[in-house]
Amino acid sequence: MTPMLTADEMLVRALIDQGIAHIFWHPGGASFPYHRALSKCEEIAFVLCRHEVGACHMADGYARATGRPGVVMLTSGSGATNSITGIANAYMDSVPIIVICGRDSVGHSVATQLDETDMIGVSRPVVKHSYIVPTANDLPRIVREAVFVATSGRPGPVVIDLPRSAYESTVKYEYERSEQISLRGYRPAESGHTGQIRKALEALLQSERPVIYAGGGVIQGDASPALLTFAECLDLPVVTSLMGLGAIPGANRLCLGMLGMHGSGLANNAIAHSDIVLALGTRFDDRATDDPEQFCPRAKVIHVDIDPSSISKTIIADLPIVGPVNEVLNILIQLANDKQELQSKRNVRYLSWWKQIDDWRQQPSGEERHTKESDSSNRIHPQDVVQTLYDETRGEAFITTDVGQHQIFVAQGYKFSTPRRWVTPGGLGTMGFGLPAALGVQFAVPQGMVVCITGESSFLINLQELSTCAQYDLPIKVFCFNNGTLGMVNQWNQIQGHENEFLGYAESMPDFVQLVESFGHRALRATSLDELKQAVYLAFSEEYKNQTVFVDVWVDPNVLVLPTKKRGSGTSTEVPVDS
Amino acid sequence: MKQLLAILFENEAGALVRVLGLFAQRNVNIESLSVAPTEDTTMSRLTLLTLSDAQTIEQITKHLNRLVGVVKVINLVHVEHVERELMLVKVCAEGDERQEIKRTCDIFRGQIVDVTTNTYTIQLVGPTAKLLGFLEAIGRAHILEVVRSGTCGITRGAKVLSAGPKGA
Ligand SMILES: Cc1ncc(C[n+]2csc(CCOP(=O)(O)OP(=O)(O)O)c2C)c(N)n1
Ligand SMILES: [Mg+2]
Repeated sequence: MTPMLTADEMLVRALIDQGIAHIFWHPGGASFPYHRALSKCEEIAFVLCRHEVGACHMADGYARATGRPGVVMLTSGSGATNSITGIANAYMDSVPIIVICGRDSVGHSVATQLDETDMIGVSRPVVKHSYIVPTANDLPRIVREAVFVATSGRPGPVVIDLPRSAYESTVKYEYERSEQISLRGYRPAESGHTGQIRKALEALLQSERPVIYAGGGVIQGDASPALLTFAECLDLPVVTSLMGLGAIPGANRLCLGMLGMHGSGLANNAIAHSDIVLALGTRFDDRATDDPEQFCPRAKVIHVDIDPSSISKTIIADLPIVGPVNEVLNILIQLANDKQELQSKRNVRYLSWWKQIDDWRQQPSGEERHTKESDSSNRIHPQDVVQTLYDETRGEAFITTDVGQHQIFVAQGYKFSTPRRWVTPGGLGTMGFGLPAALGVQFAVPQGMVVCITGESSFLINLQELSTCAQYDLPIKVFCFNNGTLGMVNQWNQIQGHENEFLGYAESMPDFVQLVESFGHRALRATSLDELKQAVYLAFSEEYKNQTVFVDVWVDPNVLVLPTKKRGSGTSTEVPVDS
Repeated sequence: MKQLLAILFENEAGALVRVLGLFAQRNVNIESLSVAPTEDTTMSRLTLLTLSDAQTIEQITKHLNRLVGVVKVINLVHVEHVERELMLVKVCAEGDERQEIKRTCDIFRGQIVDVTTNTYTIQLVGPTAKLLGFLEAIGRAHILEVVRSGTCGITRGAKVLSAGPKGA
């Protein structure tokens, strides 16, 4: 027998049936109609956030760490529009979040509600899909579809607008669990074209200087184990994009690190000199390619992506393969295993290429660490903070960041051992992401070591969530790289030869230790490397392990992120190995 | 470069604006569009004419395919196809000119669908070039009002644009 439920109960029930265990929310007038059912619901934990964008970033961090959809519930009007940056951020990085907003205006049908902010319209360019719920009867289907659309294919955010007319709290509806999905306009590719995949393998075997370029899609598509197996099988070097960090263990010999504007010389050299690039789940962002004309100029490009619109967008693919990276890699592994001669030749393939790579690896270009010669300050070098944290956490922490120099220092220095531990706002570059994202990750992984690395300016953007952190006792560790400036902006300004004065905020920053303590958290300050080591030790010690710890780290403001290249100067400055 | 897209999509509120948003977002102007339900009334078909380079239209096409409500997209300029547009023109037709205008209308196989003592309203169907040719022939001075439906297009031959079986 199908149960009879009121509209609010329908919503809650539909969410439970989709396995939703957490909802990040901020209430208001338009959410009243469902408060009754929410308050009675025991299967779902409701996390009350202090700002809607905080709720979205939490859901985003939650989704990145697990692959499960992060769900947000908000009220109408400003409650809904406050979430836009969070939705756009999830859209740019292909993260599955579902944002449910109420609509609270007079009128009994959607059509008569003219005075409401049009959340569907406002969010349209930054969602994968959106729904207006016409009647409560549609709720089970819409929730089911929303979860499916958000998490399948190239994942992305979905908005659900719940007009007041969709609930009449006294009327009961038949609840039918929605199983069937019928979306004739939405059929994500399930596998790649076998003929193309076969050609890709042949091309790799015939090449002399191959490189795998792994992007965020490898992580989103849970393809990391397959990537490692395939790379090992053929002995292929792997570079990653910013979003692809963790796709292959950072300390593995095959991993050449991150490519691009702030990438390693090793990774950029390898790409620039390659004769074939196997690009997996990446969109060739301009921070990775810089000038597309100069990017891997001699290489044939094989591009595997679940989203055809990513293929040949900036770099023309010689061999496009539309499909889930994991499936495609599994077919490649299968085909490679079927080839007898592969087994015997494993150690002689690409010999001179590996010799070249290892030479590059031996001699760091001198660009890896920047210290100002005139500077005798003994303030902390940001790279030492990253190294200290890496040593302490053995590459196993979940790390969230904001945007700026601190973000790049982590990307360059922290060798992630596993996927889904690197949580950074890569596409939109959203300052204010790090703290709420860390809370979301901690909700998803209660036993995990969660570290937020932030800059003092980024941190101020969403610091209200320190209160959420106190309410739910989340033992995250925050390391604020306090350089007293909008570091990354300053750096670019400097490279362009502009004055920096007008960008400064000199003496107007708060005392971060007092500020954070006022929320009831532990706060420490580190002004020297010794103090930093002590603080890191304390933060992860038995005593502080279960507490939120914030460390105000006074890093050297004169240190720049390297390599520092003007846009358009190409990713490699080296001469070709051969022609 | 002329691009003529035929797009099949869900006939539901909000679906069209998602399609059009992809053009607006890239600052691509839409020259004409014509849209109505198909033989399956749950589905709408849109024919959209725009002037843009091949690369832009390819990106837009890929993004159209990404939209959850869009079922099929083809660019008719790459295949043999038939194009038609309907136009209603109100012209001023007085005295001796009435005969002349009627004759021109006949030559273009137009129909006079409304008559007053000093105007004709003429309906004309054909490829866009023919409609423009007619306006030219009538002469700007006589034209009071022009309404065009936008181009409709369909492929030649037996091949059809259809939704195919349902399912995810
Ligand atoms: C919301 C937002 N506004 C502006 C920017 C542009 N921006 C990029 S990095 C940066 C400076 C960040 O300063 P801080 O958080 O102190 O980090 P630092 O670079 O000093 O490590 C700014 C303003 C951005 N990425 N996001
Ligand atoms: Mg700073």
